[in-house]
Amino acid sequence: MSKPANNLAAYTQFRQDFAIIADWVKLGSKVLDLGCGDGSLLYFLRGALEVKGYGVEKDDANILACMNNSINVIQMDLEAGLSGFEAQSFDVVILSQTLQAVQNTEGIVKEMLRVGREAIVTFPNFGYWRHRTQLIAGQMPVSENLPYQWYDTPNVHLCTINDFEEFCAKHNIHISERRVLTDGKPVQVMPNLLGSLAMYRLKQA
Amino acid sequence: MSDTSSVGIVAPQTAHFAEPLVLKSGEILPSYDLVYETYGTLNADKSNAVLICHALSGHHHVAGKYQEDDKYPGWWDNLIGPGRPLDTNRFFVIGLNNLGGCHGSSGPASINPATGKPWGSEFPMLTVEDWVASQARLADHLGIKQLAAVIGGSLGGMQALQWTIGFPERVRHALIIAAAPNLTAQNMAFNEVARQAIITDPEFHGGDYYAHGVVPRRGLRIARMLGHITYLSDDAMGAKFGRKLREGEIKYSFDVEFEMESYLRYQGDKFAGEFDANTYLRMTRALDYFDPALEYDGDLSAALAKAQANFLVVSFTSDWRFSPARSREIVKALLDNELSVSYAEVTAAHGHDAFLMPDPHYHDILRSYLQNIDTGAAA
Repeated sequence: MSKPANNLAAYTQFRQDFAIIADWVKLGSKVLDLGCGDGSLLYFLRGALEVKGYGVEKDDANILACMNNSINVIQMDLEAGLSGFEAQSFDVVILSQTLQAVQNTEGIVKEMLRVGREAIVTFPNFGYWRHRTQLIAGQMPVSENLPYQWYDTPNVHLCTINDFEEFCAKHNIHISERRVLTDGKPVQVMPNLLGSLAMYRLKQA
Repeated sequence: MSDTSSVGIVAPQTAHFAEPLVLKSGEILPSYDLVYETYGTLNADKSNAVLICHALSGHHHVAGKYQEDDKYPGWWDNLIGPGRPLDTNRFFVIGLNNLGGCHGSSGPASINPATGKPWGSEFPMLTVEDWVASQARLADHLGIKQLAAVIGGSLGGMQALQWTIGFPERVRHALIIAAAPNLTAQNMAFNEVARQAIITDPEFHGGDYYAHGVVPRRGLRIARMLGHITYLSDDAMGAKFGRKLREGEIKYSFDVEFEMESYLRYQGDKFAGEFDANTYLRMTRALDYFDPALEYDGDLSAALAKAQANFLVVSFTSDWRFSPARSREIVKALLDNELSVSYAEVTAAHGHDAFLMPDPHYHDILRSYLQNIDTGAAA
């Protein structure tokens, strides 16, 4: 077998959001990770849960990183839809911290629930108090989960926890579970104010 | 040799096969020769062999040189060698000339043992399936039960795909580059024009031109010129030649006036001087006939149901003869079968020819994929 990249193994150990996703994914299931980056989530899930995983990516450097990590990756633009994937052909389709960067948000979430029996969506909560205080102070928010400056950000559709839940209700999407994190720790009280990262398990209602 | 990443000086070998080969057409090739080259060392358990399948005009001389002062190395030399993406320190690489070829393997210009004369028009029609069957016999000859990988571009990619269907247990990885699950009508149309150019050449003599001491040079030349247009993109031709005039001014003649014409004529002449027209005809037919989904009502996923290999599929954005959309059809069928597959769509300006170019990203993709292939015991 191929040698795991040591740095990737070490890195994925400390990702609390990865651990939560692993909690939601069944052993040996078939997983599609949209916007999979360097394949680190799939790498982690494969090691932890022996999932059969495929990533979708458009960036050349990330395709190469996936190849180096022996992650199955399909180079394509998410915005064009998932027509290369059969309906209900995956146990889980994941969109990890990518929702805010897609143009066709409604179309992609709809496609996730067509291709997957279940979807996992995570995104940085724009309603997090640190973001709000930066806006009140007159500047665009920059944080751990929103590390970009306004002029170089790939993010086009930032939303709050409340916004996203309204979106799900409007599109007939059932939220089966939600976790909210700040600095990798769970947030129970006032999540839309105190939570930095929102994580959802979704099904077609 | 100054270049330490080259396989260096190589020599072809010939394997004779006395056992008849039953072809897809029903015809039988009673015996045949396959000429091949190898690079690197076959390991003790023979688990590090990689087969290179060639395209329309390719052959067994894939890498290295025959003599130090050869003008050009093998046709995919940039891929193969110590430290190159297909690393001969790890892999034992096999290149062969397919049946029906004109570089040493049995083909239309070879002597038919039954008549003592060149086969010519009598040489049977070959298919991708037949080539793969003969390649499997070459693997047997070399004592290789299972190939670590089969790699091919274009028509070679079709052979790599066919390996996974015809001999699923004998191939661990298939690298299918700039290929398609079958040809579109437009793609076959180019082949038909090429064949008509050859067949209507007065020196074709129904394919038995050897006896007349002539070759259908003009036809083959035009066929090749046409091919070259389709292997390049509009942008690549624009960048290479544009509307550049050879002598700086229009001469109101039908001589070579534009640089592009000079290039096409040169390529056509060169090819017509060294390639056999009967081989060209058969290679284009093998392309036309390849369609593994045909027996499954056009369902490529069903055709690939028996495949077990891991796949890397690569296409090039400017390749309009084997477009990315055709590669995506292959990827979809592999996904439908839950096979291990990665797909890279390489941004490249060179059209179909890009698969032979040493584009850094493309070569990085191949290198990364190949270095993760398990070769079993140490080479």
